[in-house]
Amino acid sequence: MIAYLVRRLLYAVPILLGVNLLTFFLFFVVNSPDDMARLQLGERRVTAEAIEKWKADHGYDRPLLWNAGAHGAAALTETIFYQNTSRLFRFDFGQSDSGRDIGYDIRQRMWPSLAIAVPVLLVELLLAVTLALVVAFFRGSYLDTWAVVICVAMMSISGLFYIIGGQYLVGKLLRLVPISGYDHGLAALKFIVLPVIVSVVGGLGGEVRWYRAIFLEEMSKDYVRTARAKGLTERGVLFGHVLRNGLIPILTGVVVLLPLLFLGSLITETFFAIPGLGSYTVDAIREQDFAIVRTMVFLGSVLYIVGLLMTDVSYTLADPRVRLE
Amino acid sequence: MIGRLLLRALPGCLACLWLVACGERPWNDPYEADTGARKIYYSVFQQRPKHLDPVSSYSEDEALFTGQVYEPVVQYHFLKRPYELVPLTATAVPAPRYFGKDGNPLPDGAPDDAIAEVVYRITIKPGIRFQPHPALARGADGSYVYHALRPEEIARRHTLADFAETGTRELTAEDYVYEIKRLAHPHLHSPVASFLGRYIEGLDELAQKLAKEQGTNRGFVDLRAYTLPGARVIDAHTYEIRLKEKYPQFVYWLAMSFFAPVPWEADAFFSQPGMKERNLTLDWYPLGTGPYMLTENNPNRRMILMRNPNYRGETYPEAGEPGDEAQGWLAARGKTLPFIDEAYFSLEKEDIPEWTKFLQGYYDTAGVSSDSFDQAIRLSPDGQPELTDAMRERDIRLLTSVQPSISYVGFNMLDPVIGGAEPRARLLRQALSIAVDYEEMISIFANGRGEPAQGPIPPGIFGHRDGAAGINPVVYTWDGRRPRRRGIEDARRLLATAGYPEGRDAQSGAPLVLYFDAIDSGVDTKPLLNWYRKQFAKLGIQLVIRATDYNRFQEKMLKGDAQIYGWGWNADYPDAENFLFLLYGPNGKAKFQGENASNYQNARFDALFLKMRSLPGGPERQAVIDEMLAIVRDEAPWLWGFHPKSYALYHAWYGNAKPNMMARNSLKYRTLDPDLREQQRRAWNAPRVGPVIVVLLVMMASAIPAWFTYRRRQRAGAL
Repeated sequence: MIAYLVRRLLYAVPILLGVNLLTFFLFFVVNSPDDMARLQLGERRVTAEAIEKWKADHGYDRPLLWNAGAHGAAALTETIFYQNTSRLFRFDFGQSDSGRDIGYDIRQRMWPSLAIAVPVLLVELLLAVTLALVVAFFRGSYLDTWAVVICVAMMSISGLFYIIGGQYLVGKLLRLVPISGYDHGLAALKFIVLPVIVSVVGGLGGEVRWYRAIFLEEMSKDYVRTARAKGLTERGVLFGHVLRNGLIPILTGVVVLLPLLFLGSLITETFFAIPGLGSYTVDAIREQDFAIVRTMVFLGSVLYIVGLLMTDVSYTLADPRVRLE
Repeated sequence: MIGRLLLRALPGCLACLWLVACGERPWNDPYEADTGARKIYYSVFQQRPKHLDPVSSYSEDEALFTGQVYEPVVQYHFLKRPYELVPLTATAVPAPRYFGKDGNPLPDGAPDDAIAEVVYRITIKPGIRFQPHPALARGADGSYVYHALRPEEIARRHTLADFAETGTRELTAEDYVYEIKRLAHPHLHSPVASFLGRYIEGLDELAQKLAKEQGTNRGFVDLRAYTLPGARVIDAHTYEIRLKEKYPQFVYWLAMSFFAPVPWEADAFFSQPGMKERNLTLDWYPLGTGPYMLTENNPNRRMILMRNPNYRGETYPEAGEPGDEAQGWLAARGKTLPFIDEAYFSLEKEDIPEWTKFLQGYYDTAGVSSDSFDQAIRLSPDGQPELTDAMRERDIRLLTSVQPSISYVGFNMLDPVIGGAEPRARLLRQALSIAVDYEEMISIFANGRGEPAQGPIPPGIFGHRDGAAGINPVVYTWDGRRPRRRGIEDARRLLATAGYPEGRDAQSGAPLVLYFDAIDSGVDTKPLLNWYRKQFAKLGIQLVIRATDYNRFQEKMLKGDAQIYGWGWNADYPDAENFLFLLYGPNGKAKFQGENASNYQNARFDALFLKMRSLPGGPERQAVIDEMLAIVRDEAPWLWGFHPKSYALYHAWYGNAKPNMMARNSLKYRTLDPDLREQQRRAWNAPRVGPVIVVLLVMMASAIPAWFTYRRRQRAGAL
């Protein structure tokens, strides 16, 4: 297994390089260093000289990918791409284009993201599995039909609707929690209740429908029929066999998400004014801060790769028949 | 078993819920428990301020904070209109003294070309002290406590609160001169350095020298060691600024943060290695003498201003304009400022939460967004905006004012079809000026919040004329009470004279197609752009919209590639020059990268501009401005667009709310009644638990049939 993991980690290097290159191209197709300078300096009375000075000060006066004016390795290293990318592989995120320490900001902002993402994951998993089991239990009945209809309807509604509707209903009409904002420590509780509820409700339809399908597939297998034939109660069949076997694809699907919890949710954090990494990324895109954008994309890629590795490992733990070679 | 336990616990849970609901503090209160009764102003910010260093801060959202912390030598009178400069830290508003080439003084009315140097001598009041700050902390031996920190000492600090010691000292003239030198600092990137370099003696040269000598130095550059002929200290409380030419509007610049004082100690402190890496910079932690100091800078959540304990205590104005007394805005005359102790600005990126929290009493003031306009404002029978009943019930008040800004559509005067001074293009532009109905546009897209522009100068600024004398005769006639837009037939006649009858080229018969370059900001802009298309279609002209992203749009404008474009300008200072310079030839964007985005050039207009710039406010200057306006109205390089109106809502507990569109330091004049606020918040925010209980009971009831079905299935036999 160790050889497998090492091999997968080595594969990660070209993948990360590719992701960086793609991010770089996409960013600089839309933005030029002049645009970035203009956005930082403001629109009014900014001269070409001021723009050149800003670019030189932030290292954006170099060629993008190939420095034809330099010799040897410098032709590659004296470029914006190399200067920015090489540091990322050392996990040295440096400073944002507006002068902030990106590493510090990430460390500060990952906690609010986790404060939302972890409860959402746990509550949603618990609720979705429970409801999916109930629906699976009542398969073929009116309850099952209506549950599927409701799930499809919930899946079809935009996430924004849940957010705005939740804010209106819970924050404005019922006045149960603040409509937006954040605080630290225990004081954060009242701020995270609403985003958590909204996120859970928003994702529940799809999850229940997916898990129901998994459970129904398990329930149609021979071992379930055998268990029933041996006289096990329906509850015993469901919890003792269907749930345990159905959880394998569910848990492996969840494991891949675990590292990404750090990155937060772009939309939820923006609407609820949660100072997490999701809104950090959105702000950076809006402000054309390439240093932050490339860091967040890099971090997302690294975490996704880690998530996939964890999924592979979790397969071996959940299903002894699987071997990593 | 579990079900039975839950059933037993339910009444207890509901009782607890009910008890908590009956508690003193609303559940939806987003603030700490002990803040309600304090004199704290609550407001919002929508974007993280990029710069709080006065040398680089230039936007409104930054001025919200820098305006309260930094004190330039002059400020705008809080109450008087038209806007008037009054001393802030200076003993008097600085007046220019003129000198000829021989160094001899010249009278005020001396011709511009005879003036070789302009000198502003500024004396500041003694006894003004900086806010407490670690950069100014000194030990018993007089040495600075935190100016020579070792890397390991810096490593454990991330905010200013991590420095236990603070200090202060008296504000001196050197601090103002030091800041002017900072404009030339190679790593501070002041957006106005190049512009001011045209005027301030030696500023460009100092910038070049610093770039050469300190270009790679990221540490402390002690600017006191460099001389700047354009800014020099006379004595502890007096300094001089020397300009290379006459620039009467320069005094307005002295009210901006670029000319606020910065102690050299701030640079020495923040320039230490490791500080910037820990986000400890002057750009993040401003250091001033103003009534407030920034004590929490967390732009991801909130910014907090607290009363500066060293503030000298300026007093509220003794006089204002007629009507201020009746509004109660003079009740505080002579009282010591500031009235509010703290100001909490919370991050709100979306309009709906901001509006809801305002209605709940958690923000003291609010603007009116398009989404909330109908909830807040209705039009009276005579067309005046007034508050809806829902707002009146909460005793919310409304103040409106025309902003010193303009939103316009410009024609690129370098374009072969629409540009140039030839009658064909000029008449085409005039026809379009009539056809594009801005009254309709303001009504549909701005909820009536705007005033159609008659020229570039907004109301309230010298040079703008009200009434019949102020209308643009190319587009309007005067009906005795108000301007009336000329009919579309007038526009069609002009178009036919231009050689485009019915929107077709008279010679070739080809339809006239024009191109509008606009920034595509998503679905919101599409209806407006379609509206423009329809306005042009009234004359049979096809308008092709070229919506593009912000960066491409900027590129096109810089290259002069756009044909028709949308743009705007917000006043730096309340002077006609700050709007007419947008049409001054040497400011052309394509050739000179200036702010004249239409690349308009007219020799007579340019000559009058130079003359107007130097004249003091009076009939002579008004006559010059009138002539300039007549020229540009006739040439029509812009569809004049409109001057936006600001609608501000505020609660009954917020006082001295008079809007001041030029002053950025108004917080010190505002008052609060926190007791009334607390009372209203409780009344407006009692939680409604009933619906939640009902929903829970319904959910539980709906589970009962499922439970019985489950039991039945469990008991059922195999067959």
